[in-house]
Amino acid sequence: MMGTGGVVVEMKGIVKRFPGVVANDHVDLDLRSGEIHALLGENGAGKTTLMNVLYGLYRADEGIITVNGRQVTLGSPKDAIDLGIGMIHQHFALIPPMSVTENIMLVSKSEGILTNPKQVEEAVSELCERYSLRVDPKARIWQLSVGEQQRVEIAKALYVGANILILDEPTAVLTPQETDQLFNTLRQMKKEGKALVFISHKLDEVLAISDRITVLRKGKVVSTVDASQTGKIELAKMMVGRDVVFRLSKATVQKGAEALRLEGVSALDDRGLQALKNVSFSMFEGEVLGVAGVAGNGQRQLAQVLTGMRKPTAGRIFIKGRGITSFTPADLLELNFGYIPEDRIDSGAILDLSVNDNLILKVYPSLTKGLFLDRSAVAKYAEGLIREFDVVTPSGDSPAKTLSGGNIQRLILARELSLEPRIIVASQPTRGLDVGATEDIRRKLLAERERGSAILLISEDLEEIMSLSDRIAVLYEGRIMGIVPADRAKIEEIGLMMAGTSVKSDEEAG
Amino acid sequence: MDLPFKVEKRPPAPLWLRVTAPIISVVAALAVCSAFILYAGVNPLYGYYHLFAGALGSTLGLSETFVRFCPLLFCGVAVALAFTAKFWNIGAEGQLYAGGLAATFFGVSFIGAPSALIIPLMFVSGFLGGALWAAIPALLKTKLKVDDVVTTLMGNWIIWYFTSYLLTGPWKNPVTVWPESPAIAPTAEFPILVPGTRIHLGIPVALFCAFIYFLIYARSSWGYELKAIGANPKASNLMGINVTRGLVTVAILSGGIAGLAGVSELGGIHHHMKTDLSFGFGYTGIVIAMLGGLHPIGVTAAAFLMSVISTGSQVMYRVTGVPYPISQVIEGMTLVCLLLGVFFTEYRIRRTRD
Amino acid sequence: MPFARGVLHRVQDQEDERLSELVITLAFVVSVLAMTFRMAVPLIFGTVGEAFAERSGVLNLGIEGMMLMGASVGYLVSYHVGDNWAGVAAAALAGASMGLLMAFLTVTLGAQQHVAGIGTTIVGSGLSFYIFRLGVPLVSGIPPTVTPFPELNIPLLTDIPVLGPVLFHHQALVYVALTTVLISAFIFYRTRFGLIIRAVGENPRAADTAGIDVFRVRYICLILAGALTAIGGSWLSIAQSRFFLPGMTYGRGWICIALVVFGYWSPLRILGGALLFGGIDALQLSLQAVGVEIPYQLFLMLPYVVTILALITVSRRAKAPAALLKPYRREE
Repeated sequence: MMGTGGVVVEMKGIVKRFPGVVANDHVDLDLRSGEIHALLGENGAGKTTLMNVLYGLYRADEGIITVNGRQVTLGSPKDAIDLGIGMIHQHFALIPPMSVTENIMLVSKSEGILTNPKQVEEAVSELCERYSLRVDPKARIWQLSVGEQQRVEIAKALYVGANILILDEPTAVLTPQETDQLFNTLRQMKKEGKALVFISHKLDEVLAISDRITVLRKGKVVSTVDASQTGKIELAKMMVGRDVVFRLSKATVQKGAEALRLEGVSALDDRGLQALKNVSFSMFEGEVLGVAGVAGNGQRQLAQVLTGMRKPTAGRIFIKGRGITSFTPADLLELNFGYIPEDRIDSGAILDLSVNDNLILKVYPSLTKGLFLDRSAVAKYAEGLIREFDVVTPSGDSPAKTLSGGNIQRLILARELSLEPRIIVASQPTRGLDVGATEDIRRKLLAERERGSAILLISEDLEEIMSLSDRIAVLYEGRIMGIVPADRAKIEEIGLMMAGTSVKSDEEAG
Repeated sequence: MDLPFKVEKRPPAPLWLRVTAPIISVVAALAVCSAFILYAGVNPLYGYYHLFAGALGSTLGLSETFVRFCPLLFCGVAVALAFTAKFWNIGAEGQLYAGGLAATFFGVSFIGAPSALIIPLMFVSGFLGGALWAAIPALLKTKLKVDDVVTTLMGNWIIWYFTSYLLTGPWKNPVTVWPESPAIAPTAEFPILVPGTRIHLGIPVALFCAFIYFLIYARSSWGYELKAIGANPKASNLMGINVTRGLVTVAILSGGIAGLAGVSELGGIHHHMKTDLSFGFGYTGIVIAMLGGLHPIGVTAAAFLMSVISTGSQVMYRVTGVPYPISQVIEGMTLVCLLLGVFFTEYRIRRTRD
Repeated sequence: MPFARGVLHRVQDQEDERLSELVITLAFVVSVLAMTFRMAVPLIFGTVGEAFAERSGVLNLGIEGMMLMGASVGYLVSYHVGDNWAGVAAAALAGASMGLLMAFLTVTLGAQQHVAGIGTTIVGSGLSFYIFRLGVPLVSGIPPTVTPFPELNIPLLTDIPVLGPVLFHHQALVYVALTTVLISAFIFYRTRFGLIIRAVGENPRAADTAGIDVFRVRYICLILAGALTAIGGSWLSIAQSRFFLPGMTYGRGWICIALVVFGYWSPLRILGGALLFGGIDALQLSLQAVGVEIPYQLFLMLPYVVTILALITVSRRAKAPAALLKPYRREE
């Protein structure tokens, strides 16, 4: 191997339980200095949990952790930081209104009462030199792009002297080019003898960057292998436990009439910056139009514009030929739109209400007797939906928050799809779900496609886009870079579009 | 903090626990306050005996408890209704005064009009006064995103000072030195329902409001909408529920009911508008609403309990000398203990093993 | 107004009515300005305390109860011990305990902050009245008085005309209040602890991952808020009225909630706002004292109205600590 040194961290027999699930089931892991060790697994495999234990955010129920030969108890992140362990989470731990320097001062171990910004700025510049990072110490976090924020996080960890660095899905928010830059930085750190943990579910990257790979599945370690001695298919099999079909079988469906058309739609985001720029495309009945792109390129605003939550600053929207420039969610009900929102806990369901109450959210006016709700009609209606959509719940009156993530999504689908919508907007529909739920949801979406709905699928999971879509559009910085038919799409082409290179295709681009 | 135990969410508590938790809170509050009673040199059990016996054990006591029950029930219902939709109406106290002021205008000006005309007029105007006073913070919240807690709170003082201004200025009663309005018309005084007591028309009206709240909360589709709005306004909006209209409507209804409390105190008890028309009923309403779990039956029971404590404390003071403000301490402690109890129904503490 | 009286004598000797009118007006203005500082003291203490609490992410609606407790405890201890500073210290202790209660409810239990605050205020309000009734004998309905702090005579500075009586002739607690503002500003913007407080109030999860003990920071801020607020309350009873009256804060605690927003959570701006509101109060009291008929209640209403207006403008800019009102739980 490339000069990997001695063992710096040993985790033995780690068990971590949450109500109803064992997230880590007697996991063994060891990290060596000068190596990049990947933790591979699907959503829910226990990768982040395990590293949160190492970082002191969680306390393991059983097991022993040894750092640099000594057994340790990690009660809080402070303990981990003192031992030289740093972690960069998927959601950055940065304070938006504060500057980069202030954020770094927050974690510095200085004992002084007073703050010393000058000293920090100098140290940060030196770090940037060493690891080829580009960070402006005076900038405020909210002004920085996601990639820049990640670099701040890395600088932060290095500033406090991290020798063991954990990165949780770091490339989820980066373009292919930014990913390359990150990998350079990681290789630099490796050369200096640091131990790096790279959590991911992306096979290609893992194979490209790691020295060793530990595969987790359902909380247990499947195997730890050398990266050079394994391949994609073997890893995928270990991850999922069975042969993975990379493309779902799709029936050929006759494309129908135009269901939805956007013409020159522009919109701002919450900060007043341009989020969508002159977006135009059409959607047809009986097709899935996938919208690919790295998170933060306007996907959220696109969903908001289409569902009436955000007024476009320019352009028009045509639904079945009728022009509408702005509409309210109440209009959506009339137009028979189905919407599966990205943040299901926030916008998709009302967790404090019962399952039944959630299911009738769109139809309750028809289940009334005068001013009062007809409880038995509600129960009957809900029961039917629960059965049809396989929602697992102890009873219809249980609060929705007792449901697992997958069942909450099934509940949302039941509520939306049972009304046989003509147009469906699905945003990150399988994010964070287990394999069973994911397949279930994808199958149901394809069923809608066969029924003749027009489906807009917004997803960060490129594999999902490629397997479900008929056509693929790529959003980059609010612009449609190109729309390509899925069966002819090449992943390099899509990657380029995701990074900003426009591709002239058969369809109109932005 | 690195404690040897951790806090974890538990599955939603069964109904029996959610009903007994408030009762346990009250008992706990009484237990804690017994320390203060002891500090006054009185045996707590002896004191509490006189509190409960005084409030419930005699005709006079019981009737006075019901008299206090009237504004407390109004305010409890008003606050609970608002809290269901998560409109944090801390302003019931001010809406009470607004209602009182509106009713005073009609009560004082329409001397000679028959009761059948003037009393309903007072109720309607009082409702509208309170409703208006609550509508302003509601509109500020929905249209301008201004926090409702602070605006309703500020509203209490604005209207109170306005009342004080009116009662020492344009509306001052020329006959006395006290800051109060002239007496309302004799026909405007509420009829006494039980001879020999002060039990007046306001009490059945309050119970009626509680019944309306019951219909709304437990049965109606509007109640369902309110609960949705309270639980998740973002999702409710997405589902086509008009959140703004729901919040403003609930504020108007809530403020109106609190205004009725003012009308009742004016027409049933004091017969003059005063600066001390209320003894913090609006704030007690918050305690009542929380104690009752926002459920109409719970709120009614909690309101009655608070009335008992209020009236009983006066008796306890006369007999044992424990200062009357103990009732407020018990009230506040009940809310504190309730929060502790709510915690235990949602979380449990487990020792961590090493 | 001894200073004014002295000048008045000299002027009357010269029998110049015009000049005497001018001097009376000047004396009035000076007296109002001096009073402004006195009226502002409880607002300064309470609001700075509230700023600590809110910067760390907790809305402390228990402030009115804490101020009342401070007034009551401060008065009672001062009366019984015979020492005003003992009263202030006892008040601080009482306020700190209430801050501890608030912290327990909102931070450890994660209860809704509005409700916890109202509960704390009701307890504080009732308790302040309760111990007062038990603590002093009333002589025909009036409680015994305590002697306020002496007004300081700073050599040279007190004798400056106009500025002297306005700035340099106050009871010691006034200067403590002003110092508190300066120290707080320093803490927030120049020290590590201030940085930590701000981080906890903006993004507690980020602070937690940085190894900061979020719970402990909030506890400290709330205890501090309670102590400071109570000291402000003790000023009312010891230094201003000389006795305690139930409900004597008259909503000053709530004004502090308003002032924190008005002052953008910054100690120096808060001082300005406190002086403004204090000035309004001083003005209406003084006008009444010289016999001018004004609807003084409308003056007293002003702070609350101004607050709502301030909230409307501030909402647009959302400068509040982002994590205000949200209890923090590590997702275990």
